[in-house]
Amino acid sequence: NEKFAPELLESKPEIIECVVEQLDHMEANLKRAKKGDLKVSVHHMEIERIRYVLSSYLRCRLVKIEKFFPHVLEKEKSRAEGEPSILSPEEFAFAKEYMANTETYLKNAALKHMPPNLQKVSLLKSVPKPNLDSFVFLRVLERQENILVEPETDEQREYTIDLEEGSQHLIRYKTIAPLVASGAVQLI
Amino acid sequence: AASSRSRSEAKSGRTDLIFLIRFRHCCLLRNQRCVVAYLYDRLLRIRALRWEYGSVLPSAIHFHMSAEEVEWFNRYKKSLATYMRSVGGEEGLDLTQDIKPPKSLYIEVRCLKDYGEFEIDDGTTVLLKKNSQHFLPRWKCEQLIRQGVLEHVLS
Repeated sequence: NEKFAPELLESKPEIIECVVEQLDHMEANLKRAKKGDLKVSVHHMEIERIRYVLSSYLRCRLVKIEKFFPHVLEKEKSRAEGEPSILSPEEFAFAKEYMANTETYLKNAALKHMPPNLQKVSLLKSVPKPNLDSFVFLRVLERQENILVEPETDEQREYTIDLEEGSQHLIRYKTIAPLVASGAVQLI
Repeated sequence: AASSRSRSEAKSGRTDLIFLIRFRHCCLLRNQRCVVAYLYDRLLRIRALRWEYGSVLPSAIHFHMSAEEVEWFNRYKKSLATYMRSVGGEEGLDLTQDIKPPKSLYIEVRCLKDYGEFEIDDGTTVLLKKNSQHFLPRWKCEQLIRQGVLEHVLS
């Protein structure tokens, strides 16, 4: 889901912790095993594959954090008490450092040489926001009824659709964003 | 200074200058935007370098970077390292490895330059001389392939 969504999705620290623990466990097993055993190669391969998926997932998140950093930080700051976080504490620290680093750089490299009334630049306004209108492919996991779809052209009017379990659709991300968060659909 | 002078002139009632001032301010803002866009784009490329080349930049690239860019790069490196260390187990997870899905445990590589001795996990060392070919564990080679020392041979 993270790979295909245009915005940063909820952070899932429990899953990551679980995967990491499993990896450590498997590596420890491998060290104890006899060398030359065929199972060793197979397990080793599996470890590599799992590590790849984990790395790929975290990398994808980092890329999005860096790409949308002012908006990501703003969203996190204005988050309500009960709402789930989109950043893990470490990601939050990374995002803050990235922002401070970039602001300092721009100030020292250019802004401090400019006339006094031009020395500020709003990163929130300059850095592009994630495009929530982009189209995504999805597969329906849980049947949904009466999803409101906005009109594409001026002649159309808004209408509702039902999403059957197992069906696949191409739709604007904005329309189904809450369904991704709840796990009712899967992006493909 | 010039823009603040023209603003105080406007306050004194010279309404015919207001349009000029506004126009000039727009030009200044545009220039500011262009400068910031250029610098930011450079930053994005420098960031890509960290992911492609690793922590140490080739001196040719380093030469083209301003002092502030080098500072930004060092701080970014540190920030990234702290984050990677915090993920996964005791040593952390190096996210710059495993860029592509693994297809096999060992790969055939050819050496492009003289590198010298290279140690693999089970203690054996391999001498990497130009044009020598080896069958090595994939994860050990990844960095060297990216640096251009080794070349993956696809038969």
